[in-house]
Amino acid sequence: MIEVIELSKHYGDKKAVDGISFKAESGEILGFLGPNGAGKSTTMNILTGYISCTDGKALIDGIDILEDPIKAKEKIGYLPELPPLYMDMTVKEYLCFIYDLKKCKLPRNTHLADICRLVKIENVYHRIIKNLSKGYKQRVGLAQALVGNPPVLILDEPTVGLDPNQIIEIRALIKKLGKNHTVILSSHILSEVQAVCDRIVVINKGKIVADDTASGLSQALTADHRLLVRIDGPKDEVVKLIKSIPGVENVIVNTETEKGVWEYRIEAEEGADIRRELFRRLAQRNWYLLSSRSSELSLEDIFIKLTMGEELSKADKEKLKGSGGDR
Amino acid sequence: MGAVFRKELLGYFTSPVGYIFLGVFFAASGFFFYSTALSVGSTDLSQLFIMLYFALLVLVPILTMRSFAEEKKQKTDQCLLTAPVSLGGIVIGKFLSAFVVYIIGISSTLIFALTVSVYAKPDWTVVAGNITGLVLLGASFIALGILVSSLTENQMVAAILSMVLILALYILQIVANYVSVEWIAKALTSIAFSARYQPFTNGLFDLSNVLFFVSATVVFLFLTVRVLEKRRWG
Repeated sequence: MIEVIELSKHYGDKKAVDGISFKAESGEILGFLGPNGAGKSTTMNILTGYISCTDGKALIDGIDILEDPIKAKEKIGYLPELPPLYMDMTVKEYLCFIYDLKKCKLPRNTHLADICRLVKIENVYHRIIKNLSKGYKQRVGLAQALVGNPPVLILDEPTVGLDPNQIIEIRALIKKLGKNHTVILSSHILSEVQAVCDRIVVINKGKIVADDTASGLSQALTADHRLLVRIDGPKDEVVKLIKSIPGVENVIVNTETEKGVWEYRIEAEEGADIRRELFRRLAQRNWYLLSSRSSELSLEDIFIKLTMGEELSKADKEKLKGSGGDR
Repeated sequence: MGAVFRKELLGYFTSPVGYIFLGVFFAASGFFFYSTALSVGSTDLSQLFIMLYFALLVLVPILTMRSFAEEKKQKTDQCLLTAPVSLGGIVIGKFLSAFVVYIIGISSTLIFALTVSVYAKPDWTVVAGNITGLVLLGASFIALGILVSSLTENQMVAAILSMVLILALYILQIVANYVSVEWIAKALTSIAFSARYQPFTNGLFDLSNVLFFVSATVVFLFLTVRVLEKRRWG
Protein backbone atom coordinates (compact mmCIF):
# COMPACT_ATOMS: atom_id res chain seq x y z
CA MET A 1 0.00 0.00 0.00
CA ILE A 2 2.79 2.38 0.96
CA GLU A 3 6.24 1.99 -0.41
CA VAL A 4 9.15 4.23 0.44
CA ILE A 5 12.32 3.80 -1.57
CA GLU A 6 15.63 5.40 -0.61
CA LEU A 7 13.92 8.54 0.63
CA SER A 8 16.12 11.49 1.58
CA LYS A 9 15.50 15.04 2.69
CA HIS A 10 18.33 17.48 3.16
CA TYR A 11 18.12 20.93 4.69
CA GLY A 12 21.38 22.45 3.55
CA ASP A 13 24.04 20.20 5.03
CA LYS A 14 21.70 18.64 7.53
CA LYS A 15 20.25 15.31 6.51
CA ALA A 16 16.84 15.14 8.17
CA VAL A 17 16.02 11.88 6.42
CA ASP A 18 18.84 9.85 4.97
CA GLY A 19 17.97 7.18 2.44
CA ILE A 20 15.24 5.25 4.24
CA SER A 21 13.20 2.46 2.66
CA PHE A 22 10.25 0.57 4.06
CA LYS A 23 6.90 -0.87 3.08
CA ALA A 24 3.51 -0.99 4.71
CA GLU A 25 1.12 -3.62 3.48
CA SER A 26 -2.60 -3.15 3.18
CA GLY A 27 -4.36 -3.41 6.56
CA GLU A 28 -1.17 -3.13 8.56
CA ILE A 29 -0.46 -0.81 11.48
CA LEU A 30 3.08 0.36 11.12
CA GLY A 31 4.77 2.09 14.03
CA PHE A 32 7.42 4.69 13.53
CA LEU A 33 9.60 4.88 16.60
CA GLY A 34 12.28 7.42 17.23
CA PRO A 35 13.33 10.28 19.50
CA ASN A 36 12.43 13.89 18.75
CA GLY A 37 14.28 15.09 15.69
CA ALA A 38 14.84 11.61 14.29
CA GLY A 39 13.05 12.45 11.05
CA LYS A 40 9.64 10.93 11.79
CA SER A 41 7.62 14.04 11.07
CA THR A 42 9.71 14.87 8.04
CA THR A 43 9.08 11.43 6.58
CA MET A 44 5.36 11.77 7.24
CA ASN A 45 5.27 15.23 5.71
CA ILE A 46 6.90 13.83 2.59
CA LEU A 47 4.50 10.88 2.43
CA THR A 48 1.53 13.23 2.58
CA GLY A 49 2.92 15.64 0.01
CA TYR A 50 3.33 18.57 2.39
CA ILE A 51 7.01 18.84 1.61
CA SER A 52 9.04 17.29 -1.15
CA CYS A 53 11.95 14.90 -0.83
CA THR A 54 15.48 15.59 -1.99
CA ASP A 55 15.93 12.11 -3.33
CA GLY A 56 14.06 8.83 -3.59
CA LYS A 57 10.43 7.93 -4.03
CA ALA A 58 7.26 7.56 -2.01
CA LEU A 59 4.47 5.50 -3.53
CA ILE A 60 0.94 5.45 -2.16
CA ASP A 61 -0.95 2.51 -3.63
CA GLY A 62 1.50 2.58 -6.53
CA ILE A 63 1.08 6.31 -7.18
CA ASP A 64 4.12 8.54 -6.82
CA ILE A 65 3.26 11.44 -4.51
CA LEU A 66 5.39 13.83 -6.55
CA GLU A 67 4.15 12.74 -9.96
CA ASP A 68 0.42 12.68 -9.29
CA PRO A 69 -0.01 14.44 -5.94
CA ILE A 70 -3.76 14.99 -6.15
CA LYS A 71 -4.55 11.34 -6.81
CA ALA A 72 -2.15 10.17 -4.12
CA LYS A 73 -3.46 12.66 -1.56
CA GLU A 74 -7.00 11.37 -2.13
CA LYS A 75 -5.91 8.11 -0.55
CA ILE A 76 -4.41 9.63 2.59
CA GLY A 77 -5.86 10.92 5.80
CA TYR A 78 -3.25 12.88 7.73
CA LEU A 79 -3.13 13.97 11.33
CA PRO A 80 -0.05 16.18 11.72
CA GLU A 81 1.77 16.64 15.02
CA LEU A 82 -0.30 19.76 15.69
CA PRO A 83 -3.87 19.14 14.51
CA PRO A 84 -4.56 21.68 11.72
CA LEU A 85 -7.70 23.17 13.24
CA TYR A 86 -9.37 26.47 12.46
CA MET A 87 -9.96 27.72 15.98
CA ASP A 88 -12.81 30.08 15.12
CA MET A 89 -14.97 27.39 13.53
CA THR A 90 -17.36 25.02 15.21
CA VAL A 91 -16.55 21.33 14.91
CA LYS A 92 -19.43 21.00 12.47
CA GLU A 93 -18.27 23.86 10.24
CA TYR A 94 -14.75 22.52 10.29
CA LEU A 95 -15.65 18.97 9.33
CA CYS A 96 -18.01 20.22 6.61
CA PHE A 97 -15.16 22.33 5.24
CA ILE A 98 -12.82 19.33 5.22
CA TYR A 99 -15.57 17.30 3.56
CA ASP A 100 -15.83 19.90 0.78
CA LEU A 101 -12.07 20.32 0.54
CA LYS A 102 -11.53 16.61 0.01
CA LYS A 103 -14.36 16.58 -2.54
CA CYS A 104 -15.87 13.70 -0.63
CA LYS A 105 -18.67 11.83 -2.38
CA LEU A 106 -20.12 9.87 0.55
CA PRO A 107 -23.49 11.10 1.89
CA ARG A 108 -22.43 14.03 4.03
CA ASN A 109 -24.55 13.96 7.15
CA THR A 110 -24.42 10.23 7.75
CA HIS A 111 -20.69 10.08 6.96
CA LEU A 112 -19.81 12.89 9.37
CA ALA A 113 -22.13 11.45 12.02
CA ASP A 114 -20.39 8.08 11.70
CA ILE A 115 -16.99 9.65 12.18
CA CYS A 116 -18.13 11.68 15.17
CA ARG A 117 -19.51 8.57 16.80
CA LEU A 118 -16.27 6.72 16.12
CA VAL A 119 -14.01 9.35 17.69
CA LYS A 120 -16.62 10.36 20.30
CA ILE A 121 -17.03 14.04 19.56
CA GLU A 122 -20.81 14.06 19.08
CA ASN A 123 -21.35 16.06 22.26
CA VAL A 124 -19.05 18.89 21.13
CA TYR A 125 -20.28 18.92 17.52
CA HIS A 126 -21.72 22.42 17.75
CA ARG A 127 -19.00 23.99 19.88
CA ILE A 128 -16.24 26.31 18.75
CA ILE A 129 -12.94 24.46 18.44
CA LYS A 130 -11.01 27.15 20.31
CA ASN A 131 -12.88 26.27 23.50
CA LEU A 132 -12.30 22.52 23.39
CA SER A 133 -9.84 20.67 25.60
CA LYS A 134 -6.65 19.30 24.12
CA GLY A 135 -8.01 15.77 24.06
CA TYR A 136 -11.06 16.85 22.09
CA LYS A 137 -8.95 18.92 19.71
CA GLN A 138 -6.81 15.87 19.05
CA ARG A 139 -9.94 13.85 18.34
CA VAL A 140 -11.31 16.49 15.99
CA GLY A 141 -7.94 16.30 14.23
CA LEU A 142 -8.36 12.56 13.96
CA ALA A 143 -11.92 13.01 12.66
CA GLN A 144 -10.56 15.34 10.01
CA ALA A 145 -8.15 12.63 8.83
CA LEU A 146 -11.00 10.13 8.63
CA VAL A 147 -13.24 12.26 6.42
CA GLY A 148 -13.62 10.63 3.01
CA ASN A 149 -12.67 7.25 4.47
CA PRO A 150 -9.16 7.18 2.95
CA PRO A 151 -7.47 3.76 2.80
CA VAL A 152 -4.26 5.13 4.34
CA LEU A 153 -4.06 6.94 7.67
CA ILE A 154 -0.91 8.74 8.69
CA LEU A 155 -0.91 9.83 12.33
CA ASP A 156 1.94 11.86 13.75
CA GLU A 157 2.24 11.29 17.50
CA PRO A 158 -1.52 10.96 18.00
CA THR A 159 -1.36 10.51 21.77
CA VAL A 160 0.94 13.35 22.74
CA GLY A 161 -0.52 15.61 25.38
CA LEU A 162 -3.47 13.41 26.24
CA ASP A 163 -4.25 12.11 29.69
CA PRO A 164 -3.81 8.37 30.38
CA ASN A 165 -7.50 7.54 29.87
CA GLN A 166 -7.60 9.35 26.57
CA ILE A 167 -4.40 7.64 25.48
CA ILE A 168 -5.97 4.24 26.09
CA GLU A 169 -9.09 5.28 24.18
CA ILE A 170 -7.17 6.64 21.21
CA ARG A 171 -4.98 3.52 21.09
CA ALA A 172 -8.05 1.31 21.07
CA LEU A 173 -9.52 3.45 18.32
CA ILE A 174 -6.39 3.19 16.19
CA LYS A 175 -6.41 -0.58 16.61
CA LYS A 176 -10.01 -0.60 15.45
CA LEU A 177 -9.19 1.58 12.47
CA GLY A 178 -6.28 -0.68 11.59
CA LYS A 179 -8.73 -3.43 10.66
CA ASN A 180 -9.77 -1.68 7.47
CA HIS A 181 -7.12 0.98 6.96
CA THR A 182 -3.39 0.98 6.50
CA VAL A 183 -2.10 3.02 9.41
CA ILE A 184 1.29 4.60 9.91
CA LEU A 185 1.76 6.02 13.36
CA SER A 186 4.72 7.71 14.92
CA SER A 187 5.68 7.83 18.54
CA HIS A 188 8.65 8.18 20.79
CA ILE A 189 7.26 5.75 23.33
CA LEU A 190 8.27 2.11 22.85
CA SER A 191 5.41 0.64 24.87
CA GLU A 192 2.93 2.58 22.77
CA VAL A 193 4.04 1.22 19.42
CA GLN A 194 4.38 -2.22 20.97
CA ALA A 195 0.80 -2.06 22.17
CA VAL A 196 -0.71 -0.85 18.92
CA CYS A 197 1.44 -1.78 15.96
CA ASP A 198 1.92 -4.95 13.94
CA ARG A 199 5.26 -3.85 12.71
CA ILE A 200 7.78 -1.33 14.02
CA VAL A 201 10.30 0.74 12.16
CA VAL A 202 12.88 2.33 14.44
CA ILE A 203 14.46 5.47 13.12
CA ASN A 204 17.29 7.55 14.50
CA LYS A 205 19.13 10.50 13.01
CA GLY A 206 17.32 10.05 9.71
CA LYS A 207 18.23 6.39 9.34
CA ILE A 208 16.35 3.19 9.94
CA VAL A 209 17.95 1.15 12.72
CA ALA A 210 15.40 -1.65 12.85
CA ASP A 211 12.39 -2.87 10.93
CA ASP A 212 10.69 -5.84 12.54
CA THR A 213 7.40 -7.19 13.87
CA ALA A 214 6.43 -5.97 17.32
CA SER A 215 7.09 -9.36 18.91
CA GLY A 216 10.37 -9.81 17.09
CA LEU A 217 11.57 -6.47 18.26
CA SER A 218 10.49 -6.91 21.85
CA GLN A 219 12.37 -10.20 22.04
CA ALA A 220 15.48 -8.41 20.95
CA LEU A 221 14.79 -5.72 23.49
CA THR A 222 13.81 -7.60 26.61
CA ALA A 223 15.32 -6.20 29.70
CA ASP A 224 14.70 -8.94 32.24
CA HIS A 225 18.22 -8.59 33.49
CA ARG A 226 17.34 -5.12 34.79
CA LEU A 227 14.85 -5.24 37.60
CA LEU A 228 13.07 -2.71 39.70
CA VAL A 229 11.94 -4.42 42.92
CA ARG A 230 10.33 -3.38 46.17
CA ILE A 231 11.29 -5.40 49.20
CA ASP A 232 10.08 -5.21 52.78
CA GLY A 233 13.18 -5.90 54.82
CA PRO A 234 16.31 -4.35 56.40
CA LYS A 235 17.99 -2.31 53.66
CA ASP A 236 21.67 -3.13 54.12
CA GLU A 237 21.14 -6.84 54.57
CA VAL A 238 18.85 -7.00 51.57
CA VAL A 239 21.54 -5.37 49.43
CA LYS A 240 24.06 -7.91 50.66
CA LEU A 241 21.68 -10.74 49.89
CA ILE A 242 20.94 -9.52 46.37
CA LYS A 243 24.62 -9.07 45.63
CA SER A 244 25.25 -12.67 46.61
CA ILE A 245 22.98 -13.94 43.83
CA PRO A 246 25.13 -15.19 40.96
CA GLY A 247 24.93 -12.90 37.92
CA VAL A 248 24.09 -9.71 39.78
CA GLU A 249 26.42 -6.91 38.82
CA ASN A 250 25.08 -3.94 40.69
CA VAL A 251 22.39 -2.93 43.17
CA ILE A 252 21.23 0.62 43.68
CA VAL A 253 18.91 1.60 46.50
CA ASN A 254 16.36 4.06 45.20
CA THR A 255 13.94 5.37 47.79
CA GLU A 256 11.91 4.28 50.73
CA THR A 257 8.42 3.93 49.24
CA GLU A 258 6.64 2.90 52.43
CA LYS A 259 7.87 2.53 55.96
CA GLY A 260 10.49 -0.21 55.88
CA VAL A 261 9.98 -0.86 52.16
CA TRP A 262 12.75 0.12 49.81
CA GLU A 263 12.98 0.15 46.07
CA TYR A 264 16.07 -1.39 44.52
CA ARG A 265 17.39 -1.28 41.02
CA ILE A 266 19.20 -4.49 40.16
CA GLU A 267 21.45 -4.90 37.19
CA ALA A 268 22.46 -8.40 36.26
CA GLU A 269 24.58 -9.75 33.44
CA GLU A 270 22.83 -9.72 30.10
CA GLY A 271 20.84 -12.85 29.58
CA ALA A 272 20.80 -13.73 33.27
CA ASP A 273 17.31 -14.09 34.72
CA ILE A 274 17.58 -13.73 38.47
CA ARG A 275 13.89 -13.30 39.34
CA ARG A 276 13.25 -16.83 40.63
CA GLU A 277 16.46 -17.01 42.59
CA LEU A 278 15.73 -13.63 44.16
CA PHE A 279 12.28 -14.73 45.26
CA ARG A 280 13.56 -17.99 46.72
CA ARG A 281 16.28 -16.31 48.77
CA LEU A 282 14.02 -13.58 50.08
CA ALA A 283 11.43 -16.19 51.08
CA GLN A 284 14.08 -18.08 53.03
CA ARG A 285 14.79 -14.98 55.12
CA ASN A 286 11.08 -14.13 55.52
CA TRP A 287 11.41 -10.81 53.71
CA TYR A 288 8.61 -9.84 51.41
CA LEU A 289 8.90 -9.15 47.72
CA LEU A 290 6.17 -6.56 47.17
CA SER A 291 6.66 -5.83 43.50
CA SER A 292 9.04 -6.67 40.73
CA ARG A 293 9.19 -5.39 37.18
CA SER A 294 11.70 -5.17 34.39
CA SER A 295 12.89 -1.63 34.10
CA GLU A 296 11.87 -0.29 30.71
CA LEU A 297 14.49 0.38 28.16
CA SER A 298 14.87 4.02 27.37
CA LEU A 299 15.03 5.01 23.74
CA GLU A 300 18.72 5.62 24.16
CA ASP A 301 19.21 2.04 25.36
CA ILE A 302 17.24 0.77 22.39
CA PHE A 303 19.37 2.65 19.92
CA ILE A 304 22.56 1.59 21.60
CA LYS A 305 21.34 -2.01 21.53
CA LEU A 306 20.11 -1.92 17.97
CA THR A 307 22.97 0.06 16.49
CA MET A 308 25.56 -1.93 18.41
CA GLY A 309 24.25 -5.08 16.80
CA GLU A 310 24.50 -3.44 13.43
CA GLU A 311 28.02 -2.22 13.97
CA LEU A 312 29.12 -5.62 15.22
CA SER A 313 27.81 -7.31 12.13
CA LYS A 314 29.46 -4.66 10.02
CA ALA A 315 32.73 -5.30 11.82
CA ASP A 316 32.25 -9.03 11.26
CA LYS A 317 31.70 -8.46 7.58
CA GLU A 318 34.80 -6.35 7.34
CA LYS A 319 36.77 -9.02 9.14
CA LEU A 320 35.52 -11.58 6.67
CA LYS A 321 36.42 -9.31 3.81
CA GLY A 322 39.86 -8.75 5.26
CA SER A 323 40.50 -12.45 5.71
CA GLY A 324 39.21 -13.04 2.20
CA GLY A 325 41.76 -10.55 0.89
CA ASP A 326 44.56 -12.32 2.70
CA ARG A 327 43.96 -15.54 0.94
CA MET B 1 -11.41 25.84 -4.76
CA GLY B 2 -15.09 26.09 -3.83
CA ALA B 3 -14.44 24.81 -0.31
CA VAL B 4 -11.61 27.26 0.32
CA PHE B 5 -13.68 30.11 -1.12
CA ARG B 6 -16.65 29.38 1.14
CA LYS B 7 -14.49 28.90 4.21
CA GLU B 8 -12.63 32.16 3.66
CA LEU B 9 -15.79 34.13 2.97
CA LEU B 10 -17.36 32.75 6.12
CA GLY B 11 -14.12 33.58 7.94
CA TYR B 12 -14.38 37.25 6.96
CA PHE B 13 -17.75 37.52 8.64
CA THR B 14 -17.14 35.32 11.69
CA SER B 15 -14.09 37.44 12.54
CA PRO B 16 -14.06 41.25 12.78
CA VAL B 17 -11.97 41.63 9.61
CA GLY B 18 -14.85 41.75 7.14
CA TYR B 19 -16.84 44.18 9.26
CA ILE B 20 -13.86 46.46 9.85
CA PHE B 21 -13.08 46.53 6.14
CA LEU B 22 -16.67 47.28 5.13
CA GLY B 23 -17.32 49.75 7.93
CA VAL B 24 -14.17 51.77 7.41
CA PHE B 25 -14.56 51.66 3.64
CA PHE B 26 -18.14 52.93 3.80
CA ALA B 27 -17.14 55.68 6.21
CA ALA B 28 -14.10 56.76 4.19
CA SER B 29 -15.83 56.67 0.81
CA GLY B 30 -18.84 58.47 2.30
CA PHE B 31 -16.59 61.20 3.63
CA PHE B 32 -14.76 61.55 0.31
CA PHE B 33 -18.11 61.69 -1.50
CA TYR B 34 -19.34 64.43 0.83
CA SER B 35 -16.18 66.52 0.61
CA THR B 36 -15.54 66.23 -3.13
CA ALA B 37 -19.09 66.22 -4.51
CA LEU B 38 -21.93 66.98 -2.10
CA SER B 39 -20.40 69.89 -0.19
CA VAL B 40 -19.22 71.68 -3.34
CA GLY B 41 -22.38 70.91 -5.30
CA SER B 42 -20.59 68.98 -8.05
CA THR B 43 -21.74 65.88 -9.88
CA ASP B 44 -18.18 65.06 -10.85
CA LEU B 45 -17.17 61.86 -9.05
CA SER B 46 -13.64 61.60 -10.44
CA GLN B 47 -12.08 63.25 -7.35
CA LEU B 48 -13.84 60.66 -5.18
CA PHE B 49 -12.37 57.83 -7.19
CA ILE B 50 -8.87 59.31 -7.04
CA MET B 51 -9.15 59.60 -3.25
CA LEU B 52 -10.30 55.99 -2.99
CA TYR B 53 -6.81 54.86 -4.03
CA PHE B 54 -5.70 55.89 -0.55
CA ALA B 55 -8.60 54.15 1.12
CA LEU B 56 -7.57 50.96 -0.63
CA LEU B 57 -3.95 51.54 0.37
CA VAL B 58 -4.92 51.07 4.01
CA LEU B 59 -7.87 48.72 3.73
CA VAL B 60 -6.92 46.04 1.19
CA PRO B 61 -3.88 44.93 3.24
CA ILE B 62 -6.22 44.43 6.21
CA LEU B 63 -8.38 42.23 4.02
CA THR B 64 -5.48 40.08 2.80
CA MET B 65 -3.01 40.05 5.69
CA ARG B 66 -4.39 36.88 7.25
CA SER B 67 -4.76 34.88 4.10
CA PHE B 68 -1.65 32.69 4.09
CA ALA B 69 0.32 34.17 6.99
CA GLU B 70 -2.19 32.93 9.56
CA GLU B 71 -2.49 29.49 7.94
CA LYS B 72 1.24 29.10 8.17
CA LYS B 73 1.42 30.30 11.74
CA GLN B 74 -1.39 28.04 12.97
CA LYS B 75 -0.04 25.18 10.82
CA THR B 76 -3.44 24.84 9.20
CA ASP B 77 -1.70 25.03 5.82
CA GLN B 78 -0.82 21.39 6.48
CA CYS B 79 -4.46 20.57 6.06
CA LEU B 80 -4.83 22.58 2.84
CA LEU B 81 -1.60 21.41 1.25
CA THR B 82 -2.15 17.73 1.99
CA ALA B 83 -5.72 17.77 0.68
CA PRO B 84 -6.36 16.56 -2.85
CA VAL B 85 -6.62 20.06 -4.34
CA SER B 86 -4.25 22.02 -6.55
CA LEU B 87 -2.26 24.95 -5.20
CA GLY B 88 -3.82 27.15 -7.88
CA GLY B 89 -7.27 26.22 -6.62
CA ILE B 90 -6.37 27.21 -3.06
CA VAL B 91 -4.90 30.55 -4.14
CA ILE B 92 -7.83 31.40 -6.41
CA GLY B 93 -10.32 30.44 -3.70
CA LYS B 94 -8.62 32.82 -1.28
CA PHE B 95 -8.44 35.56 -3.89
CA LEU B 96 -12.09 35.28 -4.87
CA SER B 97 -13.35 35.40 -1.29
CA ALA B 98 -11.42 38.63 -0.60
CA PHE B 99 -12.61 39.96 -3.95
CA VAL B 100 -16.25 39.35 -3.07
CA VAL B 101 -15.89 41.27 0.22
CA TYR B 102 -14.18 44.03 -1.74
CA ILE B 103 -17.00 44.18 -4.31
CA ILE B 104 -19.54 44.51 -1.49
CA GLY B 105 -17.47 47.42 -0.20
CA ILE B 106 -17.16 49.34 -3.44
CA SER B 107 -20.81 48.84 -4.28
CA SER B 108 -21.28 51.93 -2.09
CA THR B 109 -19.91 54.05 -4.95
CA LEU B 110 -22.91 53.00 -7.02
CA ILE B 111 -25.16 54.48 -4.33
CA PHE B 112 -23.20 57.74 -4.51
CA ALA B 113 -23.75 57.87 -8.28
CA LEU B 114 -27.47 57.28 -7.75
CA THR B 115 -27.57 60.03 -5.11
CA VAL B 116 -25.96 62.47 -7.53
CA SER B 117 -28.40 61.48 -10.26
CA VAL B 118 -31.22 62.95 -8.17
CA TYR B 119 -29.78 66.44 -8.74
CA ALA B 120 -28.39 66.15 -12.22
CA LYS B 121 -28.06 63.44 -14.79
CA PRO B 122 -24.55 61.98 -14.44
CA ASP B 123 -22.67 60.57 -17.41
CA TRP B 124 -23.33 56.90 -16.79
CA THR B 125 -20.56 55.71 -19.13
CA VAL B 126 -18.07 57.72 -17.07
CA VAL B 127 -19.45 56.19 -13.86
CA ALA B 128 -19.16 52.73 -15.41
CA GLY B 129 -15.53 53.49 -16.33
CA ASN B 130 -14.85 54.74 -12.79
CA ILE B 131 -16.24 51.62 -11.19
CA THR B 132 -14.50 49.27 -13.64
CA GLY B 133 -11.21 50.97 -12.79
CA LEU B 134 -11.82 50.61 -9.08
CA VAL B 135 -12.70 46.90 -9.47
CA LEU B 136 -9.53 46.23 -11.46
CA LEU B 137 -7.31 48.24 -9.13
CA GLY B 138 -8.70 46.43 -6.12
CA ALA B 139 -8.23 43.02 -7.74
CA SER B 140 -4.55 43.69 -8.37
CA PHE B 141 -4.04 45.00 -4.81
CA ILE B 142 -5.75 41.94 -3.34
CA ALA B 143 -3.52 39.65 -5.42
CA LEU B 144 -0.48 41.61 -4.24
CA GLY B 145 -1.63 41.41 -0.62
CA ILE B 146 -2.09 37.64 -0.87
CA LEU B 147 1.37 37.28 -2.38
CA VAL B 148 2.91 39.26 0.48
CA SER B 149 0.90 37.26 3.01
CA SER B 150 2.31 34.03 1.59
CA LEU B 151 5.83 35.29 2.26
CA THR B 152 5.53 35.70 6.03
CA GLU B 153 4.01 34.11 9.12
CA ASN B 154 3.17 37.43 10.71
CA GLN B 155 -0.07 39.21 9.85
CA MET B 156 1.23 42.63 10.84
CA VAL B 157 4.33 42.26 8.70
CA ALA B 158 2.11 41.22 5.79
CA ALA B 159 -0.19 44.21 6.27
CA ILE B 160 2.56 46.80 6.59
CA LEU B 161 4.59 45.40 3.71
CA SER B 162 1.50 45.42 1.46
CA MET B 163 0.77 49.03 2.41
CA VAL B 164 4.35 50.05 1.64
CA LEU B 165 4.23 48.30 -1.74
CA ILE B 166 0.91 49.86 -2.70
CA LEU B 167 2.28 53.24 -1.68
CA ALA B 168 5.41 52.57 -3.75
CA LEU B 169 3.27 51.78 -6.77
CA TYR B 170 1.73 55.21 -6.32
CA ILE B 171 4.99 57.08 -5.69
CA LEU B 172 6.53 55.68 -8.89
CA GLN B 173 4.42 58.17 -10.78
CA ILE B 174 5.74 61.11 -8.74
CA VAL B 175 9.31 59.87 -9.02
CA ALA B 176 8.86 59.70 -12.78
CA ASN B 177 8.22 63.48 -12.83
CA TYR B 178 11.66 64.13 -11.40
CA VAL B 179 13.55 61.76 -13.70
CA SER B 180 15.08 63.66 -16.62
CA VAL B 181 15.92 60.62 -18.73
CA GLU B 182 12.83 60.25 -20.83
CA TRP B 183 12.68 56.49 -21.31
CA ILE B 184 13.15 55.80 -17.60
CA ALA B 185 10.40 58.26 -16.75
CA LYS B 186 8.17 56.59 -19.31
CA ALA B 187 8.93 53.13 -17.96
CA LEU B 188 8.19 54.23 -14.40
CA THR B 189 4.88 55.83 -15.36
CA SER B 190 3.83 52.76 -17.28
CA ILE B 191 4.20 50.51 -14.22
CA ALA B 192 2.84 53.05 -11.72
CA PHE B 193 -0.57 51.72 -10.72
CA SER B 194 -1.89 55.20 -10.01
CA ALA B 195 -0.96 56.39 -13.51
CA ARG B 196 -2.80 53.40 -14.97
CA TYR B 197 -5.77 54.06 -12.73
CA GLN B 198 -6.22 57.80 -13.32
CA PRO B 199 -7.60 57.52 -16.88
CA PHE B 200 -10.42 55.40 -15.47
CA THR B 201 -11.34 58.14 -12.98
CA ASN B 202 -11.77 60.51 -15.92
CA GLY B 203 -14.00 57.97 -17.61
CA LEU B 204 -11.38 56.93 -20.15
CA PHE B 205 -11.72 53.25 -20.89
CA ASP B 206 -8.35 52.22 -22.31
CA LEU B 207 -8.01 48.53 -23.11
CA SER B 208 -4.26 48.55 -22.41
CA ASN B 209 -4.94 49.73 -18.86
CA VAL B 210 -7.54 47.00 -18.39
CA LEU B 211 -5.03 44.43 -19.58
CA PHE B 212 -2.37 45.91 -17.32
CA PHE B 213 -4.42 45.36 -14.19
CA VAL B 214 -5.67 41.92 -15.25
CA SER B 215 -2.15 40.73 -16.00
CA ALA B 216 -0.79 42.25 -12.77
CA THR B 217 -3.43 40.29 -10.86
CA VAL B 218 -2.58 37.08 -12.70
CA VAL B 219 1.15 37.55 -12.17
CA PHE B 220 0.76 38.14 -8.40
CA LEU B 221 -1.45 35.08 -8.03
CA PHE B 222 0.92 33.00 -10.10
CA LEU B 223 3.83 34.12 -7.92
CA THR B 224 1.83 33.14 -4.83
CA VAL B 225 1.48 29.62 -6.22
CA ARG B 226 5.22 29.57 -6.85
CA VAL B 227 5.97 30.71 -3.30
CA LEU B 228 3.82 27.90 -1.89
CA GLU B 229 5.49 25.43 -4.20
CA LYS B 230 8.95 26.65 -3.32
CA ARG B 231 8.22 26.25 0.37
CA ARG B 232 7.57 22.57 -0.31
CA TRP B 233 10.94 22.22 -1.95
CA GLY B 234 12.81 24.27 0.63
